[in-house]
Amino acid sequence: MITAVSEYSASCTQREWRPSATFDNLRLRARLLAAARGFFAERNVLEVDTPLLYPATATDPHLHSFTTCYTGPGVSDADGRMLYLQTSPEFAMKRLLAAGSGPIYQLGKAFRNGEAGQRHNPEFTLLEWYRPGFTLVEFMSEVDALVREVTGASLALGRTQYLSYAEAFIRYAGIDPHAASNASLCQCAVHHGIIPPPGLAEHERDGWLDLLLTHLVEPQLGWERVSDDLSGSTTLRRGCPLFLFDYPASQAALARIRSGHPRVAERFELYIQGMELANGYDELGDVAEQRHRFEVDCAKRHALGLASPPLDERLLAALEAGLPACCGVALGVDRLMMLSVGTSLIDDIISFPLATL
Amino acid sequence: MGTVSTNEFKSGLKVMLDGDPCSILENEFVKPGKGQAFNRVRIRNLKNGRVIERTFKSGDTLEAADVVDVEMQYLYNDGQHWYFMNPESFEQVGADAPAVEDAIKWLKAEDVCTVTLWNGVPLAITPPNTVLLKVTETDPGLRGDTSGGGGKPATLETGAVVRVPLFVEIGDLLKVNTRTGEYLSRSKG
Repeated sequence: MITAVSEYSASCTQREWRPSATFDNLRLRARLLAAARGFFAERNVLEVDTPLLYPATATDPHLHSFTTCYTGPGVSDADGRMLYLQTSPEFAMKRLLAAGSGPIYQLGKAFRNGEAGQRHNPEFTLLEWYRPGFTLVEFMSEVDALVREVTGASLALGRTQYLSYAEAFIRYAGIDPHAASNASLCQCAVHHGIIPPPGLAEHERDGWLDLLLTHLVEPQLGWERVSDDLSGSTTLRRGCPLFLFDYPASQAALARIRSGHPRVAERFELYIQGMELANGYDELGDVAEQRHRFEVDCAKRHALGLASPPLDERLLAALEAGLPACCGVALGVDRLMMLSVGTSLIDDIISFPLATL
Repeated sequence: MGTVSTNEFKSGLKVMLDGDPCSILENEFVKPGKGQAFNRVRIRNLKNGRVIERTFKSGDTLEAADVVDVEMQYLYNDGQHWYFMNPESFEQVGADAPAVEDAIKWLKAEDVCTVTLWNGVPLAITPPNTVLLKVTETDPGLRGDTSGGGGKPATLETGAVVRVPLFVEIGDLLKVNTRTGEYLSRSKG
């Protein structure tokens, strides 16, 4: 009897065909996408629509691309041509920039394998844009303006804050992320009641930084204290944009590295209410350095037992021809919607997330 | 039992942690966009009931725990063990004092309890949500008072003491919520 009941409920679940998001939330999604397009139209930033299927992909050891294979006209190899669903449209957009596109944006889907949870879905909506000639400071202010304009009245945001990676770690974890030894990073975790993950080896410095970042720092980012007018004594908090900047050089990805002590990456992340929303760079244009970083990433992937994608020689050729000095950012649109509707679950604002497929 | 990856983590999954069987209560996937992915879990140690937080690198594995919940009928205790029988297979198991500790004051012969077995050995006993127990001791009832206001303690046949309305008398059969320890009603008959 018990078996029969559970089989019945399983088949019910499989026949559940309705969307997981309410129509109110889907209407908000449509408004938000339209507002983003309006923001860029007003600023003369060109909308582009680059391939999601591309023969190269991000080499970051912590990004996993979906792969597929094209067979048919145009490909002579009987095995077909390996293509990757893009984790972001960065490579193709940089080829456009090098070809003289001027400022461009793209609003579309991006794909990351292995990512599903309260804030992750393997297929998600990404807003990526590039601004030739902007400084990182000017660019962060445009990101701030976009977030405020597209969320509008649905998200009453406090004043924008800027905090360096080092200041954030000192404030919320009590440790200097640039100077501390790996052993001290581990001790810092233990001191804050985090039992070290058994699989995290001592030499994985960026892993320890990510552990402290996700457990101690991120939840504190993007909040503004406001006093409660009624009682006067207690304080409430509301969301505000917080730009975390000056990342460790080891986490530069495709950002320029600024010399000095310590060397830091010209990279920022935007947080609101403890949620990571966007990742931006003063874009690396040096082709030799770019090739070197791809190779370092691939060596790391090899050590982790991960396959490495081929290097994007067309992107490298574009950089060699000359990428204009520019800043770029990728912003998670689904998460902006989560904040707008006040939910902690990404499934609430996607019509058909992974679990409903 | 084999191993389970963090990808299989979900509420209710039983795993071995530090040599003890544990049950996952909550599982959260956290990952900085460009960084290491982790699974933050809240987990209950099934031997001592304590809830702890642990973090794993996503993709890491744990040993699965052979823990199952079985509905079994309580039979009797011999001072050392409390014996339960599977009503379908008639198989019997003896639970020791730590396993029955939380349930002991609600255990009445023939009641069907949930027995949590780890490698076939009882780890914990969960009594039914409600039980019917006879009052063995209480102050004399106040006839005419059916309001339930006030109240008094009553000792039940299993030794449990619950707060009851004033009209309850020795020999009454009471329905009691075992989760809250509260009196629910006086049973007819």
